[in-house]
Amino acid sequence: MLSTLYALLFYAATAFLVIGVGMKIRKYAKAPAPLKIPITPAPTTRGGVVWRMFLEVSVFQSLFKSNKWIWLFGYLFHVGLALVLLRHFRYFTDPVWFWVEWVQPFGVYASFAMVLGLLGLWARRFLLERMRYISNPSDHLMLALLLAIGFSGMFMKFVSKTDIIAVKVFFTGLMRFQINELPSDPILLTHLGLVAILMIIFPISKLIHAPGMFFSPSRNQVDNPREKRHLAPWAAELEK
Amino acid sequence: MADGNTEIPELKDALDIPCLKHGAMEGLEPYIASPDHQEALGFPGELVPDWKEKVLEKMAETAKKNRAFQVYLDTCVKCGACTDKCHFFLGTGDPKNMPVARQDLLRSVYRRYFTFAGKYFPWLVGARDLTEDVLHEWYSYYHQCSQCRRCSVFCPYGIDTAEITMAARDILASVGIGQKYSNEILGKVNKIGNNLGLPEKALRNTLEDLEEDIEDETGVSVRIPLDEKGADILLITPSADFFAEPHIDGLIGYAKVFHEAGVSWTVSSYASEAANFGMFIGSYENMREVSLRIRKAAQDLGVKRIVFGECGHAWRVAYSFLNTLAGPFDFLDQNYPVPQHILEFTWDEIQKGTLNLDKSKNDHIRLTYHDSCNVARGTRMGDTPGGQFEIPRNVIKSVCNYYFDMDRDTTHESTLCCGGGGGLLTDDLMDLRVKGAAPRMTAMQQVTEDHGVTHLAAICAICKSQFSKVLPKYGYDMEAILSVHQLVSNAIILKGQETDDDEDLPATAEA
Repeated sequence: MLSTLYALLFYAATAFLVIGVGMKIRKYAKAPAPLKIPITPAPTTRGGVVWRMFLEVSVFQSLFKSNKWIWLFGYLFHVGLALVLLRHFRYFTDPVWFWVEWVQPFGVYASFAMVLGLLGLWARRFLLERMRYISNPSDHLMLALLLAIGFSGMFMKFVSKTDIIAVKVFFTGLMRFQINELPSDPILLTHLGLVAILMIIFPISKLIHAPGMFFSPSRNQVDNPREKRHLAPWAAELEK
Repeated sequence: MADGNTEIPELKDALDIPCLKHGAMEGLEPYIASPDHQEALGFPGELVPDWKEKVLEKMAETAKKNRAFQVYLDTCVKCGACTDKCHFFLGTGDPKNMPVARQDLLRSVYRRYFTFAGKYFPWLVGARDLTEDVLHEWYSYYHQCSQCRRCSVFCPYGIDTAEITMAARDILASVGIGQKYSNEILGKVNKIGNNLGLPEKALRNTLEDLEEDIEDETGVSVRIPLDEKGADILLITPSADFFAEPHIDGLIGYAKVFHEAGVSWTVSSYASEAANFGMFIGSYENMREVSLRIRKAAQDLGVKRIVFGECGHAWRVAYSFLNTLAGPFDFLDQNYPVPQHILEFTWDEIQKGTLNLDKSKNDHIRLTYHDSCNVARGTRMGDTPGGQFEIPRNVIKSVCNYYFDMDRDTTHESTLCCGGGGGLLTDDLMDLRVKGAAPRMTAMQQVTEDHGVTHLAAICAICKSQFSKVLPKYGYDMEAILSVHQLVSNAIILKGQETDDDEDLPATAEA
């Protein structure tokens, strides 16, 4: 019964995530940027733009320029989360890919970086007047959700181990459309339930910044307006 | 909010972060455009009865037509990186002048009507209903943004508040609430050809007077041609260059450079304006109308090149948008950039050695340079990234011995706005302008303390006008603001010019 419920929950969450993000990306891709608005320092070639975006994604270049504390906590959280996620691939792959094996030890400690970063970001929302002013309840809840996911996961790793073999059987089963038994460990169920919530709200919350940032015209445009004429389809209509 | 009552902000440092002063700038509104000014631009004369539906329709349309609007409203995570980046926040302390808070004024309504969370859980995501009060709040705070884009540089996703401000102003104008200052000016450009409403005859007289002035001063006949068919270069310059100080000294500088370079050039009375307030009001159609005048003038006069004078947002519209709005310019000489900036032209001539420059003519000036926001963050000069910073400095250093940069955190791509850009250069916003200038003025005061800087040079008509108003509030002479080409003009020794070293220098003091 519980296994079926969680199986359905994860199918639904995956569908929400994939379809939701897909729809958002389609919307962003379909809306034209009518004007060239790259912001300085703007690369003059496509390759330059790729490099710029790479630096934004890999080291949060602009955030670093902006504010070292937000950068530090934000970077700890994101890198921590990335490593933890990579580590989790072992619950979905059989045999486990070699690089997933390789990342395991890092992934374990990355969870500390992740929650430390989240705690830092959350502290800022309480302690700084400016941050308090711009924060909505959803901004706090998002951090609470991520922290709860992080802590519940760490609890299972470091305090009370769950039957991870069974969990893996459950998830690899889901990928072949079989529903196997999921251990009824309350911490595990909490962890998974929160992850499913995160997946569901991903496309309809600020989490959409992850794919969205690639569509930011001020960052993804090539600075070549004098050399190459840029024209949106609806603007071309005005010329008829 | 009268001019005299403005409390001058005292900042310890140019980027000193103030404590929040809730409501400090609440209710500040520039005059609303009259029905005549609205209708001339294709907007309704006054607030339409079904404004609510119309606003929401316009928002949906903007999201479809402009990717930036949609992406920027969706992706903000409220990280706070931008909160201390706006000069208007630094100068006023009003939390709604923090870039993210300014965006949220519109984002909160967008969420309420266009997102799942906002429709069903408005309290959770700070969504709110659209009311007439909200419209007025928009009108107030979207006219406390100079569209300088400093926040965008520091945003991890490049969210550009200027795009939101432009969209908000466009939405407001489309339901009948336009800004008097910008819309009235656009009307003049469309009717007469320039922001001042200076007709052809008056313009001709002004330019002839200027020619006489140059000849009196130098003994050389330097022409400032108007509507000369067959000239090689069409100069498009802000109309402030025809009458305001120190702008006009810049125009004299361009004329001397063209004269020494031996090129034929002309000003057009039909397109006697580089500024394009269509950008300020966020209207693509209006921006296009103004731009098309330049295309028509270039075709009618049969020129081969277009060169733009010193003007910040004009250079953004010219460099980044002109090809889009009024291109393709395949009828112009493709060996030159289309369009070209006067500083690119002058720097080329300096490198070629065409200009005879005597730097010592500017020795009474200890100079710093204000990177105009639109030039710094929205354009380029020359062939390489960063040319918009290097070329003006190269020219300045070629004509001036004493040059000192301000704090690097307030120059180049991090430059602070003068406080008067983006359609705010109007007396009804003087209080805001003075406060918004505080960070820039503080950075200048620092180089005055450290290096004895006396003057500030700029390449933007709005910066020049704004600084001549606010410099006195911060302890400088109103003539401490200079055009870069005014410095060039001071230093150029024209061919055949009688030089008399005993004579007073043609300095700013005469202005």
